[in-house]
Amino acid sequence: MEILNAIVAFLNFVFIPAISYGSQLALGALGVTLVYGILRFSNFAHGDTMAFGTMVTILVTWSLQSHGINFGLLPTALIALPVGILGCVVFLLLTDHSVYKFYRRKKAKPVILVIVSMGVMFIMNGLVRMIIGPGEQRFADGERFIISARQFRELTGLTEGLAFRTSQGITILTALTIVVLLFWFLTKTRTGKSMRAFSDNEDLALLSGINPDRVVLYTWLLVGALATVAGVLYGLDKSFKPFIYFQLLLPIFAAAVVGGLGNPIGAIAGGYLVALSEVMITYAWKKVAGYILPFWEPKGLIQLLSTDYKFAISFAILIIVLLFRPTGLFKGKAF
Amino acid sequence: MNKTNAFLTGNAVTCGYANGPDILHNCTIEANTGEITAIVGPNGAGKSTAMKCLFGMLNLRQGYVRLDGEDINDLSPQDRVAKGMGFVPQTANIFYSLTVLENLEMGAFIRRDDFTETMNQVFELFPILNEKKSQVAGELSGGQRQQVAIARALMTEPKVLMLDEPTAGVSPIVMEDIFSRLIEVAKTGILVLIVEQNARQALEIADKGYVLVQGRNEHTGRGKDLLADKEVRKSFLGG
Repeated sequence: MEILNAIVAFLNFVFIPAISYGSQLALGALGVTLVYGILRFSNFAHGDTMAFGTMVTILVTWSLQSHGINFGLLPTALIALPVGILGCVVFLLLTDHSVYKFYRRKKAKPVILVIVSMGVMFIMNGLVRMIIGPGEQRFADGERFIISARQFRELTGLTEGLAFRTSQGITILTALTIVVLLFWFLTKTRTGKSMRAFSDNEDLALLSGINPDRVVLYTWLLVGALATVAGVLYGLDKSFKPFIYFQLLLPIFAAAVVGGLGNPIGAIAGGYLVALSEVMITYAWKKVAGYILPFWEPKGLIQLLSTDYKFAISFAILIIVLLFRPTGLFKGKAF
Repeated sequence: MNKTNAFLTGNAVTCGYANGPDILHNCTIEANTGEITAIVGPNGAGKSTAMKCLFGMLNLRQGYVRLDGEDINDLSPQDRVAKGMGFVPQTANIFYSLTVLENLEMGAFIRRDDFTETMNQVFELFPILNEKKSQVAGELSGGQRQQVAIARALMTEPKVLMLDEPTAGVSPIVMEDIFSRLIEVAKTGILVLIVEQNARQALEIADKGYVLVQGRNEHTGRGKDLLADKEVRKSFLGG
């Protein structure tokens, strides 16, 4: 019984939140890794791209709600999501057309594009805060729990409760679907293969008649969709705040780098790795330890690091990987 | 040699890189369908440059390039691919992270018709690729990768196949193998133009050879004749 309680507490406080957060990071990291692999630069504006797509989704959600439209048990934001993706993609294509294209034509070095993307980041960030405001927005509606802690306790008779929130369920399911679709697209379709070929060897891709403009277009389409989905899922799970999304850039980059920049499988693995590390290191293990080792009475909470320092974990992971395995766990710069 | 009859002609070509000096001076290369034409010469003779000029990767300063009687000076390399020219670069000539099959599919990217027939022909020519078609190309041996590179270029069913040092860095046995495949390719009625470091072996299989020295035509003739030529032997083939 005690062991079961320990497992339930672990699932409830560590595993489920980490998997859910990890799915959001993985989707974010996939966007970063696609831009890196195909457009060949680290896109610092990705966090704010997520914020932009989410903002559009929220605005549409509010408008739907004001017209009395909702999605029953599921959050209304899911209906608004396609519009959010569209808005985000249009914005990205405009950015590409007015900013990145110029540097691409000049064959600018990646480091220059990184700085350019920082400029884009500031503009996007400012735009989002001007439109929706810098404050926190909650836009989740519908049924809050798939199973609540109390229901679980009544169901099983355990002391510990296991809560599984709707947003977590949606996050995990959506992430899974998107990842499967993305890999199907990249490995099975002609366009997907041409994107991988372009990423692998640009000159040979040109010689093979692959149109670089098309590849760039499809990349932004995918990036816009991935970023918006990641942002909306994060917002449903927690809440939307432009500055928090900007800060998400760090764990997202940590995830992409851990997995190997340019490698989609790596981005997914990296997302879960960073999320699990972050949650496990900032979780107070006292409760779980109490079930497993009842005779041990620890003085503290057995929390390695306060949640205030969670960004330090992403940083630490980033530095360790860059020091010892710069190409990431999976070989980077290759699909 | 009849100038007007050659399928691919680079006539009196002068060119160089960006704003640099001329590399090729008044250089002429003519190649015929169904034949292997080899460009050989010492290091820095402008062999690869000549090929880049013919393929449109460098702008000509003088002279012209003709394909089947048509002036193609203003066409980009991509447009030349559409015109029926295939090019196998010396390095980075395959998609390392794609499977063999995907490499071939990418080779046929510009084709909107059914290319299964071409793929079968290519597999007939390179049976090993059929066996390894779902393997990632970067994991193959050097010789097999070279086969992938040639096969990729053949997927467009080109009329002209140009190869920049196809035997660089492979063992003598693999070199023999690659050359024998090129002979087969030429037999199917394709114009094969190669740039080679291994001058002796290249001239042995070449119908026609060009020896370039410092960007100029030094010797031109049938491969066998050049091999027999005393002066060519002395200066380039080590006696």
